[in-house]
Amino acid sequence: MQNFEFVRPTSVADAVAALKGDEAQPMSGGQTLMPTMKARLAAPEILVSLTAIDEMKGVRKDGDQIWIGGGTTHATVARETAESYPALSSLAGRIGDPSVRSRGTIGGSIANNDPSACYPAGALGSGATIVTDRREIAADDFFQGMFMSALDEGEIVTAVKFPVPQKAIYQKFIQPASRFPLTAVFVAHFGDTVRVAVTGASSDGVFRWTEAEEALQGNFSADAVSGLSVSAAMMISDLHGSGAYRAQLTKVMTQRAVAALA
Amino acid sequence: MPKDGGIGSSTKRREDVRFLSGTGRYTDDINLHGQLYAHFVRSDVAHGKINGINADAAMAMPGVVRVFTAKDFEGVGGVPCGWQITSIDGSPMQEPKHPVLAEGKVRHVGDPIAVVVAESLGQARDAADALEIDIEMLPAVMDMKEAIKDGAPKVHDDLSSNLCYDWGFVEDNKDAVAKAIADADHVTTLELVNNRLVANPMEPRVAVGDYDMANDEHTLYTTSQNPHVIRLLMGAFVLGIPEHKLRVVAPDVGGGFGAKIFHYAEEAFCTFAAKQLRRPVKWTSSRSEAFMSDAHGRDHVTKIELAMDKDNNFTAIRTETYANMGAYLSTFAPSVPTWLHGTLMAGNYKTPLIYVNVKAVFTNTVPVDAYRGAGRPEATFQLERVIDKAARERGVSPIELRRQNFITEFPYATPVAVEYDTGDYHATMDRVLEMADHAGFEARAEQSKKNGKLRGFGIAHYIEACGIAPSNLVGQLGARAGLYESATVRVNATGSISVMTGSHSHGQGHETSFAQVVSEMIGIDATQVDIVHGDTSKTPMGMGTYGSRSIAVGGSAMVRATEKIIAKAKKIAAHLMEASEGDIELKDGQFTVAGTDKSVAWGDVTLAAYVPHNYPLEDIEPGLEETAFYDPANFTYPSGGYACEVEVDPDTGKVDVLSFSAADDFGNVINPMIVEGQVHGGVAQGFGQAMMENCAYDADGQLISASYMDYAMPRATDLPMFKVDHSCQTPCTHNPLGVKGCGEAGAIGSPPAFVNAVIDALHRGGHKVEHINMPLTPDRVWTAIQNS
Ligand SMILES: Cc1cc2nc3c(=O)[nH]c(=O)nc-3n(C[C@H](O)[C@H](O)[C@H](O)COP(=O)(O)OP(=O)(O)OC[C@H]3O[C@@H](n4cnc5c(N)ncnc54)[C@H](O)[C@@H]3O)c2cc1C
Repeated sequence: MQNFEFVRPTSVADAVAALKGDEAQPMSGGQTLMPTMKARLAAPEILVSLTAIDEMKGVRKDGDQIWIGGGTTHATVARETAESYPALSSLAGRIGDPSVRSRGTIGGSIANNDPSACYPAGALGSGATIVTDRREIAADDFFQGMFMSALDEGEIVTAVKFPVPQKAIYQKFIQPASRFPLTAVFVAHFGDTVRVAVTGASSDGVFRWTEAEEALQGNFSADAVSGLSVSAAMMISDLHGSGAYRAQLTKVMTQRAVAALA
Repeated sequence: MPKDGGIGSSTKRREDVRFLSGTGRYTDDINLHGQLYAHFVRSDVAHGKINGINADAAMAMPGVVRVFTAKDFEGVGGVPCGWQITSIDGSPMQEPKHPVLAEGKVRHVGDPIAVVVAESLGQARDAADALEIDIEMLPAVMDMKEAIKDGAPKVHDDLSSNLCYDWGFVEDNKDAVAKAIADADHVTTLELVNNRLVANPMEPRVAVGDYDMANDEHTLYTTSQNPHVIRLLMGAFVLGIPEHKLRVVAPDVGGGFGAKIFHYAEEAFCTFAAKQLRRPVKWTSSRSEAFMSDAHGRDHVTKIELAMDKDNNFTAIRTETYANMGAYLSTFAPSVPTWLHGTLMAGNYKTPLIYVNVKAVFTNTVPVDAYRGAGRPEATFQLERVIDKAARERGVSPIELRRQNFITEFPYATPVAVEYDTGDYHATMDRVLEMADHAGFEARAEQSKKNGKLRGFGIAHYIEACGIAPSNLVGQLGARAGLYESATVRVNATGSISVMTGSHSHGQGHETSFAQVVSEMIGIDATQVDIVHGDTSKTPMGMGTYGSRSIAVGGSAMVRATEKIIAKAKKIAAHLMEASEGDIELKDGQFTVAGTDKSVAWGDVTLAAYVPHNYPLEDIEPGLEETAFYDPANFTYPSGGYACEVEVDPDTGKVDVLSFSAADDFGNVINPMIVEGQVHGGVAQGFGQAMMENCAYDADGQLISASYMDYAMPRATDLPMFKVDHSCQTPCTHNPLGVKGCGEAGAIGSPPAFVNAVIDALHRGGHKVEHINMPLTPDRVWTAIQNS
């Protein structure tokens, strides 16, 4: 790791100001950024810790939505949404291991948009809104491909607002080494609409499987998906699974999600 | 009932007090005054020519003391290889130089090019970024079969080809085997890969070199399984330091699994640099470095043929194996695919004719050497897989086919040069089938089917050769070392005992189990005995711990030394009790005179030995300290039956291991709890190899499984509760404890059991899949189903 300056502002405004510095980068749980710095793949000159900003923490009701501060750890989300949004709670509760969950944050995960991360599927599948220090962005517009998002330089995810579906579930098939999703599917049923978000599979990062959504809207059963398939061409192919295998998992995980909810 | 702390009792491991309370002293805990830090700059390409290294900018960086390159090692020897293999044509293996730092060329990702030594590790790393290294990429030699074709690029330009050796065993049987195969009623053929693995001990490698100028003495603290071997190899072959000026200390070591047997360049570097710089030099491997610098394991590609007569009796076995050596020969690399593999190809079966051919090949990969089991897992895997396939082809039960061909009479001389002393394979087979409730399997399979899953039952039966080995034999086979073990038993004046052993404990619990043996022999409390290991200045010359040899060879040396102690103590006791030496008996720490009520306690005798006032000084010397070197008469041959039950999800290819049973014959057992722990660990590693672990390179020689993000290590939740049993005991006939060794069995016997179970499940589901190469990841299982 290279030397850096470390600042720990206590308000979003101060953090935004600190991020205007040269080669400044925000850090939340550091569960992604620290290993990257240790491997010398990132070398920010100023590290702006977001962990002392109270206004970015917590889980609360916001009308019929759930507001989760961007600095809220996975462990806290798992605990505090257990009743209000069990599918999200179960997603958060299965990220990494206890030490990762006690440090890693929803804001860090969403901002990072790892193509195999869990939260992007939860946010996209729920039709969540990403709140930043300067605007609100619909999840549909936020995730823009592997490690790419709508965030501008120095923009901070301060919260994520989740509409609560009638029923939802997260089906995670783990990559055996990292235990991140090899492919995971978040299915949310809102009564009139169904959303299906897939992570781990596509080389474009998290995506909505719209064909399945349409099929399930009319007939919310595993059978509705059996005739469908996703193209293997756009899928990630690596040591842990071919594109064809990930396409298969996308379908099977979707069917299992629906079967568990129906 | 064994007495607490005695032989046969599951005494808790005394070393765990320090391991579990964080008070162990590992090499990285050693920090010497004025210590410098070494950072190795390693190749990021698989194969390349070094056109130049410019260290000027790096040298000018803060804290930098010196930058070392190959130039600094002119006149220093290469890292030696400890075993020579002779090819079929009588020529010795090709043995390239293994320089401490790359000379002229880099030959694998991770090959060290330069070392920056600085006041702090951070400074060393920063300076490394300023090093200018000009490397011209060369085509990477990756595929073994391609590598030995004419015109293939060469890993070592000064060798005639990438073929290290071409070994035939037993060459005299070659034609007879060919004839038996041609004449056979049926031949089952299987091609398979034994996947490359990374050992991944919890503690990465560390070396601290120290030099005492006043006395011209070197000390190396290192994470080693055999400090004396390191002292010999590094002192005599690399740095030219005589033994009395070189001390090697391997303190607490956090797991080795083979990867810490070998002498590594980093050890030689730190020892060398400490003298050059007159300051201690420390290197601690990062986990990323470990992936590309610790010797890897396995990596064989094999074709095996099993010939049978019309009654399914095995008539011949022939194998052709390509064994990857990597870019250089690691310490014992050549022995693994040959003597540790070919000699085990008979397995538990009375096959009269066997021929093994092994081609060892250099590639642009990390050197490959022994990893838990070393050669024996490769042999067992081939045999136990091909037998399952043969049973399917012949329409017979794989269990019955094994039983029919089991060796039942001992001693048994195999056609591959070893003689099994004891064993009872039907007993372990019976026991494991009972433990696994084989009888109830069909009902469970039905239940799985109802849930949309495919259930399979896999069996494997293994033999291994442990306790390596008679020195004169291994000398004939090419070993450049003896393989005895040593022990010094030092009885103190008050009767407490320090045992200095040449074996090394890095997780095996020797401090507990060795003390059980010595204390039981004398009849004193185990707490009166301490085991000292891991320091060449304290222990007699010993060969260290690997090959499940410690209790069989090191334990035997300890028994011999203790016998000498008892013999001398009896003389002293006879004198004290004015009796004849022949009438003295030792029991429960009391010497008695047969037929009388005279007795004298152990402590009185030991005190007399050191305060020899009333003592037979004319007959014996004072003091009570004895050393023994034990050279075994034969290998030991543990064996066992392993059974595994799995459920395959046909939609995802995911395999759940539902149960695993192991019935091992380890001969006599000193501490059952420790033995069970060893089997648990071995089976977990066997599971890792079979189902998860895969050290993978791409075609350009980049290591694509270079971290835990991609190298899949098994976790407790991946495994079922193991059922382990060692009640089938046929004691070894040639060592004094009747022990066989248990450290590697789990890793040797289990991989084929896992794979056989999955293949069985697929067949039961109507998928005619004959083989899947390890690891059986969900992707591979699903793909095999699709292609069936
Ligand atoms: C062993 C292990 C296992 C894991 N398993 C999983 C898993 O199964 N599923 C999964 O989804 N993830 C997994 N993760 C990743 C984990 O969830 C991370 O915590 C998360 O991806 C990043 O969150 P963080 O708070 O640690 O972010 P950091 O590491 O602090 O930052 C990540 C990136 O986001 C930026 N950033 C941080 N916070 C903000 C913010 N509020 N606004 C804008 N930018 C920001 C940083 O500058 C950096 O570029 C695992 C991690 C580890 C170490």
